Amino acid sequence: MRSSSLQSMKNALSSLWQTLFGHPVRAFGVVSLLLLIFLAIAPAKNHFSEWRHYQKQYLSLIASRGDAVTLQRRFHEHDGIQQVWLPQIGVVDRCTTCHVGLKEASLADVGTQPFRRHPAIPHTLDQFGCVMCHRGQGPATTVEEAHSSTLAWEQPILPARYVQSSCGQCHRAPLTGTPQLNLGRNLLGRYGCVHCHTIKLADGSAIKPTDDPPSLEHVADKTTREWIYAWLKDPQAYAVTATMPNFKLSDPDARDVSAFLIASSTPLAGDTTPAINDPKTPDPTAGASLYGESFCASCHAVQNAAGNVVGGDVGPELTRVGNKVKTEWLRAWLRNPRVYDSGTAMPHYRFTDPQLSLLTAFLGNKTDSDLLANVHLDAPTPEQIAHGKLLVTEYGCASCHEINGIKKPDNFAPELTRIGSKPLTQIIFLPGMTHAIPDYIAAKIRQPRSFGAALKMPQFSLAPAQIDALTTALLSLTDRAHDLPLALTVPAKPPSNYQPAGKAGKLMDDMACFTCHAINGRGGDLAPDLTWEGSSVQRPWLQTFLKNPGTLRPALIRRMPKFNLSDDDAKELTDYIMAVYQTPAFDRDSMPSSGYPPAQVEQGKQLFYSKYACQSCHIVDTKVDKGYVGPTLTQVGSRLNAAWIYHWLKDPQAMRPGSIEPNRNMNDEDARALTAFLMTQKGASKQEAKK
Amino acid sequence: MKRYWRTLFLLSLVLVGAGCARKPGTGLSLKPTGFGAALVESSGGKQIGATGMALAQPLVVQVNDEQGTAVTGALVEFSGPAGASFDPPSGLTDSSGQLSTNVVLGSMAGRYQLTARTLTKAQKSVELKIEEIALGYQEQVGFQLDNKYCARCHDPESTPERVSNYDNLEVKPHPFTEGDTLNKMSDAELTAIISHGGPALNKSALMPPYGYTLSKTEIEALIAYIRLISDPPYHASGMVYAQK
Repeated sequence: MRSSSLQSMKNALSSLWQTLFGHPVRAFGVVSLLLLIFLAIAPAKNHFSEWRHYQKQYLSLIASRGDAVTLQRRFHEHDGIQQVWLPQIGVVDRCTTCHVGLKEASLADVGTQPFRRHPAIPHTLDQFGCVMCHRGQGPATTVEEAHSSTLAWEQPILPARYVQSSCGQCHRAPLTGTPQLNLGRNLLGRYGCVHCHTIKLADGSAIKPTDDPPSLEHVADKTTREWIYAWLKDPQAYAVTATMPNFKLSDPDARDVSAFLIASSTPLAGDTTPAINDPKTPDPTAGASLYGESFCASCHAVQNAAGNVVGGDVGPELTRVGNKVKTEWLRAWLRNPRVYDSGTAMPHYRFTDPQLSLLTAFLGNKTDSDLLANVHLDAPTPEQIAHGKLLVTEYGCASCHEINGIKKPDNFAPELTRIGSKPLTQIIFLPGMTHAIPDYIAAKIRQPRSFGAALKMPQFSLAPAQIDALTTALLSLTDRAHDLPLALTVPAKPPSNYQPAGKAGKLMDDMACFTCHAINGRGGDLAPDLTWEGSSVQRPWLQTFLKNPGTLRPALIRRMPKFNLSDDDAKELTDYIMAVYQTPAFDRDSMPSSGYPPAQVEQGKQLFYSKYACQSCHIVDTKVDKGYVGPTLTQVGSRLNAAWIYHWLKDPQAMRPGSIEPNRNMNDEDARALTAFLMTQKGASKQEAKK
Repeated sequence: MKRYWRTLFLLSLVLVGAGCARKPGTGLSLKPTGFGAALVESSGGKQIGATGMALAQPLVVQVNDEQGTAVTGALVEFSGPAGASFDPPSGLTDSSGQLSTNVVLGSMAGRYQLTARTLTKAQKSVELKIEEIALGYQEQVGFQLDNKYCARCHDPESTPERVSNYDNLEVKPHPFTEGDTLNKMSDAELTAIISHGGPALNKSALMPPYGYTLSKTEIEALIAYIRLISDPPYHASGMVYAQK
């Protein structure tokens, strides 16, 4: 049976062969036909391609719209495969082949992809193409290959939640439109990521940490082994805002590390003061009011009964500080923090002994009885201390903290300079994870040890938005960011290492002025920039202010602390500020501080209340005006220089970049009249009140 | 020979069949243990977020019964327009009758109407609509500018960081959400009042001009933001397109 069926098949085949190729002419015809069919495959494939399908869809979408003719004409100007080619930045993008409506402003209501209009951004498609910001495969012409990672290409589209990272490839300075990127870059320093991971920028500089972890060389002066143990086990149990990560140490490991840290600590001369046995127990309300008057809350936060953290984030949270610090150390620290930590951001208040007792007692009472209740440690054995040292070395504690007997390790963790372009083949993903670099980075930050229990990276306590921000900042560190022509990058302002000179400079360091104020590019942004303070204010006012600072704005919660400066120190500082911090833009003595004609003063008053309506933000007459936004101007005539007021009115942003006072494009005459009026405001209201 | 091919064919059929039989898992199907009569929003509605990003606060809804007491173990499902996603997309209410979910908005700027759904004992569906706003790039720039320059007077709400100046002003400014008033003003009018101050439209001089402080793009961004957060929503006037 099998042989007969084979035979019949053979016969059929040979007859088919005969029919097709039996005669040379017939054979030629058949071969030509076959050739034709094969040749038709390519055009057919092209005809049925995905992008043609989308272009046809687009045409039917616009056909029913009001401006169909215009849209169709613009479409037919360049149909077929589209390409943005920018050789200088290595961009070959064919995305516009399917995303046809990207530039059509009238498609604002179309929500379906790929026809959506591109939202307004500061760049155009022709300048930068698509993949610079969105990643993906520019040259691909199928949906799959352009958007997903395939075998040949591994760059998928960047999810919208991280898109700000792309701005960071060229823009090194913070941008208004990229809050997430700015936050992420800030967190890289604030959470100390860069202590362990080196991140070099394209200009050769490296990101610097901003968290200033304390040195542990004299830690036994400051705190107890029990506190260190509890802190190591769960830093956030002590302070919810703590940036110290959790190393997930086992109980014996935490016991040994705390033993080593205490054992390695050396006492520091002058770091503790003997507890003074005051006959009277310090008044707790007086302590609280001294804490308030000293404006400790400008920098330090405390968790209130409702669980909200209230206060500044410059210094550590103080909710349970009484559990942490030893009384003698706290007293010495409050007397002069620079003895223990010469570079601390904390100012040297010149507290009197009774004040020190009050504040020490007040802070010492900030305790949580549960925190150390279950910590019972026996005296350590030498083996435990040795094991603690080993752990401290292994976990790289010295990357952040100075520790006696342990050298700061170099490049303790992998360098992240080009992490945003790390090839996927070098990454081990977890099962079930999307194979894409953003998912990897986010997962690594969220739960580092999920990639292996033996990994050293600790668990950080970060909110989801902070993880997104950090991921965004890390994703901006791409190959492209490093290889771009320098002309295309927008550099950040170079960091300033400005240091004031002489005795005044020492005083400014002692009072940590730069923690809040910026001068010549160095310093914080909590308080006004003082670069041109000498041109701005009058000398007697400044000297009084330094002795007894007040707030200039009625609605501001942050206030400058009183440093209890001596007369000599206040004079020294005033002299320096008046002499050095002057603007080259004008001469501060070019306008008189009084003696303006009454007519001009009256004209200024009119302008103040009617044309410029300054009372919406400022107060000149406390009975009538209520403006809460700008500084109160009741004493402005004895506070500011006339020339400063005049130039400020002409262009506030030129005097202080970023000021929110709008530029009124004021003419000279109006600015002079207003200056004349304001210079008559010399605090008369205060004298009247006294009467 | 033929049998050989047939066996191979059958074998491959079996293999293909086996491959198809295991459908991708549909996740844990939750069995509700309680049923409510009403869904209310606890927190997390009317947030202003950014396109493609997670909202700052989770969305929390509560299931109540007829008497208004919280129901534990009721199944709540969240849904929203294309692009919006929820983590978790559904779940059972906790002991206080609440379910919390993290919301990520889609990549198009605008208003997102989200729906939370639960079943009553009679298997009737109860729905709750929640609205969230996603800011695109431009609107986000506008939001920052509002925060810096405008909110101190235009936002009547005070926070510890920013005491509102609203109550101090003789002529009250319009909060930017006040759609009833602001929607009647054209973009050109808003541009004029921002650039040249209140007097440009015969309004109070307490509104100063910002045309020499803000750039044209910044003013456009500010208007885009004001338009997006307005309540009732703003609909651009102009050409009306036939919608399919």
